[in-house]
Amino acid sequence: MSLHLWIIPLLPLAGAAINGLLGKRFPKAMVNAIALGSTAAAFMYALWVAVQFAGLPADQIPHIERYATWMTAGTFSAEYGIYLDQLSLVMLLVVTGVGFLIHVYSVGYMEHEGGYYRYFAYLNIFMFFMLTLILANNYLLMFVGWEGVGLASYLLIGFWFLKDSAANAGKKAFITNRVGDFGFLIALFLLIKHFGSLQYETVFKAVSAYPVEASAGLLTAIGLLMMLGASGKSAQIPLYVWLPDAMEGPTPVSALIHAATMVTAGVYMVARSNAVFNRAPIALAVVAIIGTLTAIFAASIGIVQTDIKKVLAYSTISQLGYMFMGCGVAAYGAGIFHLMTHAFFKALLFLSAGAIIHGLGGEQDMRHMGGLRKYMPKTFWCMTIATFTIAGFPPLAAFFSKDEILWATWASGNHLLWLIGLIAAAMTSFYMFRLWFMTFFGEYRGVQADDTHHGHDSHDAHGGHGTPHESPMIMIVPLMILALLSFVGGWVGVPSALGGSDHFDHFLDPVFTTYAPAPLAAEATAASHEDERGTEIAFMLISVGAAALGFLGAWYLYFKRTDLPAKMAASAGSIYTFVLDKYKVDEFYGAAIIQPIILASTNILWKGIDATLIDGAVNESAVGAQDISDGVRQMQSGNIRSYAGWVAFGAAVVIAFMVWKGVR
Amino acid sequence: MVPLSYYLILSALLFACGVAGFLIKRNIITIFMSIELMLNAVNLTFVAFAAELRMLSGHVFVFFVMVVAAAEAAVGLAIIISVFRTRETLNVDRVNLLKL
Repeated sequence: MSLHLWIIPLLPLAGAAINGLLGKRFPKAMVNAIALGSTAAAFMYALWVAVQFAGLPADQIPHIERYATWMTAGTFSAEYGIYLDQLSLVMLLVVTGVGFLIHVYSVGYMEHEGGYYRYFAYLNIFMFFMLTLILANNYLLMFVGWEGVGLASYLLIGFWFLKDSAANAGKKAFITNRVGDFGFLIALFLLIKHFGSLQYETVFKAVSAYPVEASAGLLTAIGLLMMLGASGKSAQIPLYVWLPDAMEGPTPVSALIHAATMVTAGVYMVARSNAVFNRAPIALAVVAIIGTLTAIFAASIGIVQTDIKKVLAYSTISQLGYMFMGCGVAAYGAGIFHLMTHAFFKALLFLSAGAIIHGLGGEQDMRHMGGLRKYMPKTFWCMTIATFTIAGFPPLAAFFSKDEILWATWASGNHLLWLIGLIAAAMTSFYMFRLWFMTFFGEYRGVQADDTHHGHDSHDAHGGHGTPHESPMIMIVPLMILALLSFVGGWVGVPSALGGSDHFDHFLDPVFTTYAPAPLAAEATAASHEDERGTEIAFMLISVGAAALGFLGAWYLYFKRTDLPAKMAASAGSIYTFVLDKYKVDEFYGAAIIQPIILASTNILWKGIDATLIDGAVNESAVGAQDISDGVRQMQSGNIRSYAGWVAFGAAVVIAFMVWKGVR
Repeated sequence: MVPLSYYLILSALLFACGVAGFLIKRNIITIFMSIELMLNAVNLTFVAFAAELRMLSGHVFVFFVMVVAAAEAAVGLAIIISVFRTRETLNVDRVNLLKL
């Protein structure tokens, strides 16, 4: 039975094509109808697919649809095909669902912006590539989606391309991702070389024949290269630097691409390749360590940022670190669970932040906010739910997912990583409540007059904003839906320790156990012992305690004693500015990598090879030809008798030659 | 009977005179006449060999050369007249429009 899954990615593509090619002449309502209609249709179809999927017998999962052969080269071939299993189904629903809500929100947010049709065409093309990425049935097609979402991300970060910072941020994102893509590509080449295929089931079956690698081997190499690719796309150390800059894009884009969906592609890829990672413990450990380090590193930067979107950007990096942490301890289900809840609450956070920025006429600096609770109560309540969720308070969604990751980390024996993760969780809670208190409580610190400082989002068409105002309903409704999802989204995965059935994990289990090596598979089935139940609950209490600690800290510093943070910053001195400057990582990369490349390119490649060697060779041969011609030109005197002389001379030479030949 | 080498030497001398006149003289008419001289030097060689080897083909060739020479003279003189009409000179050094 075919579910005709090809329809899902093609719907947004059609929307993008229509809006992109003809949208300039359409009225806004028409652009809206096409963009939102195609996304809504994709979401509806995805829901229908989910219902059908539930009715599939277990032996038909994964449900694979093959449409055509894409390319053949020798024994290698890649095809157009779709691979639907529990993992891609979850991703499918998250991407289409959250994507649709953000489309709706964008209608309100982008109302006053130029290039309206362009924006929605880009957004739709992003949906197309993202769906290609998650539905592909081979790595090559996944790579097409992988690059495609990178392109869409580039286009949308640089949406206000007249602004230098936006154009540069787009470039930075694209080039940084290229470094990761290089790793991913090499991993694919290794797969082709050793397994002769990129089809998921072929590769996974072939990998299953390998033992778990005790030391670094082929699978470790593939795993590490894949992780390099994932760290580019999912903004992990060392390639995370592009994501904070990506906030130059419109806020709904930050919500959709740089928080909810695209940046989780790396997590998806690692989880999808679990057959490889399970057999490469070293690569898996690297994933866990990178994830954990990123989680705490980004959280520490997030604490001192003052731009509301930058805080959320670092928070995204940190949360993505948690997902990798989960995948790195082979708890892929927990990682994907956090991916899903994160999609809900981070989209909500960004969209709420967008509503605030919209309501303040483009102001993004939290120091100029405050007291907004009065002006935008609906946004306040949505933001409150999101903040409590990300901080990890029960019974909100992220409590279950983050806790599952932390518990899996402890249970796998990585106690140090667990501790770091816990500290990062406390920091997360702190900086999120700091944001919450700074924006919604206290007195409004913005400029009341008409000459409001117009910040990044350039709502110039708005004119001046006297007082902050609530956003239109078309922006608030998606917020409410996402708030609801952030609230209840975690309930599908209530762990057994709390009397739940851990439904989400069991749903995903087939994906992660089918190709697992024997000892791991046994471990997975024997997991969740009764005797660990008490310990697990104790650990939950510890995480909630950490979140509460963060809350109290933020409450004391940013609500009770608002004078303290500045004093503390002053007394911390250089350490504070060092963190404020994001640990000078950008500067370090600039000095260590970018400058040498620029210098080498200018002096060796450009001036040395291009200008001197290549241009030199071309110019010299031209000059040589000119010199020879100048000499030969002297023969063309126009004097008939000299011509006659040349003829006679030539004849004499020929005769002399023939005589000489004849003599011999 | 006059030996063949005499004819050939005379022919070579005539041809050399023709070449020298062709290179040295400036008047187009003279140059033209030098060309005729060269042609006839060659003709002399042809008939000398034809007589020596008793073959008719040498004579036939001479007739062909004479026909071509006559045609060339007709065309050449026409060109010379038209050159003289436009340039009002017969000095080849001044007929140098092709010069760069």
